[in-house]
Amino acid sequence: MMDGRFKKFIENFGWPRIIIAAFLMCLFAATPLVGVRLDTSISDTLVRVGMNGVLVLAMVPMVQSGCGLNFGLPLGIISGLLGATTSIQIATSADAAAKSGAAQGLWAALSSALQTGSRSALLFAVAIVIAVPCAAIAGFVYAQILNRVKGEEMMIATYVGFSSVAVMCMAWLLLPFSSAVMVWGYGGSGLRTTISTNGFWWHVLSDFQSITIGKFYFPTGMFLFFMFMVFLLWAFFRTKTGTAITAVGSNPEFARASGIDVDRMRTISVMLSTILGAIGILVYEQSFGFIQLYMGPLYMAFPAVAAILLGGASVNKATMVNVVVGTFLFQGILTMTPSVINNLLKSDMSEVIRIIVSNGMILYALTRKTQVKR
Amino acid sequence: MDSAKAQAGPKFTASENVKHFFVSNAVPIIFLGLSAAAIPLSGFSAGYLVQEMLTRLARNSFLVLSLLIPIMAGMGLNFGMVLGAMAGQIGLILVTDWSVVGIPGMILAAIISMPIAALLGLICGKLLNMAKGREMVTSYILGFFINGVYQFVVLYLFGVNGILSLPFTDKPLRIPITNPQLVLSRGYGIRNAINLTGIRRVLDNALPASLRFDFGSGPFTINIPIGTFILIGLFCFFIIWFRRTKLGQDMRAVGQDMAIADSAGIAVERTRVLAIVISTVLAAFGQIIFLQNIGTMNTYNSHEQTGMFSIAALLIGGATVSKASIANVFIGVTLFHLMFVVSPMAGKELIGQAQLGEYFRVFVSYGIIAVSLVLHAWKRMQERERARRGLRGEG
Repeated sequence: MMDGRFKKFIENFGWPRIIIAAFLMCLFAATPLVGVRLDTSISDTLVRVGMNGVLVLAMVPMVQSGCGLNFGLPLGIISGLLGATTSIQIATSADAAAKSGAAQGLWAALSSALQTGSRSALLFAVAIVIAVPCAAIAGFVYAQILNRVKGEEMMIATYVGFSSVAVMCMAWLLLPFSSAVMVWGYGGSGLRTTISTNGFWWHVLSDFQSITIGKFYFPTGMFLFFMFMVFLLWAFFRTKTGTAITAVGSNPEFARASGIDVDRMRTISVMLSTILGAIGILVYEQSFGFIQLYMGPLYMAFPAVAAILLGGASVNKATMVNVVVGTFLFQGILTMTPSVINNLLKSDMSEVIRIIVSNGMILYALTRKTQVKR
Repeated sequence: MDSAKAQAGPKFTASENVKHFFVSNAVPIIFLGLSAAAIPLSGFSAGYLVQEMLTRLARNSFLVLSLLIPIMAGMGLNFGMVLGAMAGQIGLILVTDWSVVGIPGMILAAIISMPIAALLGLICGKLLNMAKGREMVTSYILGFFINGVYQFVVLYLFGVNGILSLPFTDKPLRIPITNPQLVLSRGYGIRNAINLTGIRRVLDNALPASLRFDFGSGPFTINIPIGTFILIGLFCFFIIWFRRTKLGQDMRAVGQDMAIADSAGIAVERTRVLAIVISTVLAAFGQIIFLQNIGTMNTYNSHEQTGMFSIAALLIGGATVSKASIANVFIGVTLFHLMFVVSPMAGKELIGQAQLGEYFRVFVSYGIIAVSLVLHAWKRMQERERARRGLRGEG
């Protein structure tokens, strides 16, 4: 009985995952031998899990609805970036208005609110409020494309994501932003490639109730937010719409026969994925401290895809456990290999290991025989 | 579609024919229009542009031609061609280290890269057989994966002394590269930029030819790399010949319908693997030709863009995911690179920012691939729907 269950557990978990989990455990165990502090290692890993968690979560709705892995995540990310840059622009404009005393009405209320202790929380909320509708619109258009190319979503999603990044590269140069902290010093137009979030909403989530013991730092707020998002999505998949989305993903013909509007469910899932991508990048940036524009978002989908696959998801099924486990394993490898392997070999091999592990995971998932052939 | 057209062929009026021509060649025509608008803005002279286009045609055509065979076999755009490019680069690194120069150097590099490319192609083909229906995304990710392996080999195994040792011995695990101009000062790993002085332009200048022109704006000379063009011409003949062989016919049958090909006794999986192997080996040769023209090699970047630029060029030439001809290759390379050369200057003149033109061409490269993939998949889905409606007796 016990033996059978163990076998089943191994089968479900999959050998690549077990090997990587064992490898990660070895890395953690090896920390004292190579003179790396275990507490900072765990702390670094946890920070990165919190940073990337929501981005990985953004994979779930599309996988569940049968749209495959969301390689078009950059679309959500640039919506988030739009929210991020706009919130900083609003903050600088409001600060300037407050200084000159020329603010009136609502603007004055905002300016004075930004002088209080809740400044960063307020600005982060502004960023989300702007990013989410942008992502919803982008996601809707994206879904209309994906509904017309059923069966070939992933490759098209990749290039839709890439194209949108290139379009936004042009937009970052041309959009009428004027905040001095964002615009290139010379020339006076066009946004910089990296913008600091310091003074706006840097660590707004991370530092909420954060725990520091010696060199160990735990970003409580960021984890609470991540867990909240996981819970929301979990709850959503228990509603009528959520169940319908899962039904579409597992068998579209059957779903259609039982009266579910397949295209509508797919649209909802794509919009949801894109919105989560937008929120995800904001969480990432508040911890990282910088907004990366231009070609920054280009390859951001790949680590997220690799992470959820590492967590045990397949091309057409993903759960919340996959997200949490996958993010931890993937970010763990990413954090630990530079410090441990590099200390052992006296050479930086982390980049190569990252490329091989993440793309190897994606390849493994793509070549696995799926049970239901559509 | 094609058979319906053939039956109704003679009934078409001239205006319908013209319309059909414009519709079926929409992509190249749009790009021709864009370039025509951008050329005067950029301020480049005709002589300069003609020279640039000839150079770039010689440089890129071979690579783009290597994409044709997998398309014939119904496997879509071979994003795995970067595998071949990496094999070609390994050949070039070794040849440079051994200081074999000139045409013999190029041939030796090709000979070295051939088994590596064939092996990588074999792996790629086998994997794609496991991922039928999503060949493109799989070969695309495989490109990234093998790039990791390539970096591992070139950065940690190539060198004077190895960083890793063979298991249970003290012998270093390494592939000897001794030229200090190639190896990083730490003793292992290849430098980021390699000067290919030994084989620089040897093929282009093997049969030099130049023409003198004078269009009133002063005389200018145009150099034509005949040697490279002869090789490209041979490749074109090879493809035309190949289509008529047994294997070529099998590939077309597999490309049409795998199930029917299988029941006709064609070894479907083997044919598909062969298509990828041939394409990968040819891509390796293509990369060697490409780099002999450029003259320097970015060890860690040169191959990354090869796939995207070649595929975008082919699509701009009017090819689709399931249909591509030799003419598409040459039209595509010319139009794509015309835009490539012209757009930064045009962007600078138009808006005052060359950077904008840069991003525009990046957008076009990605966008054209996205649009053609969408159009192809959409068409296929509609056909599937129609077939399904037919089964239900509605159509």
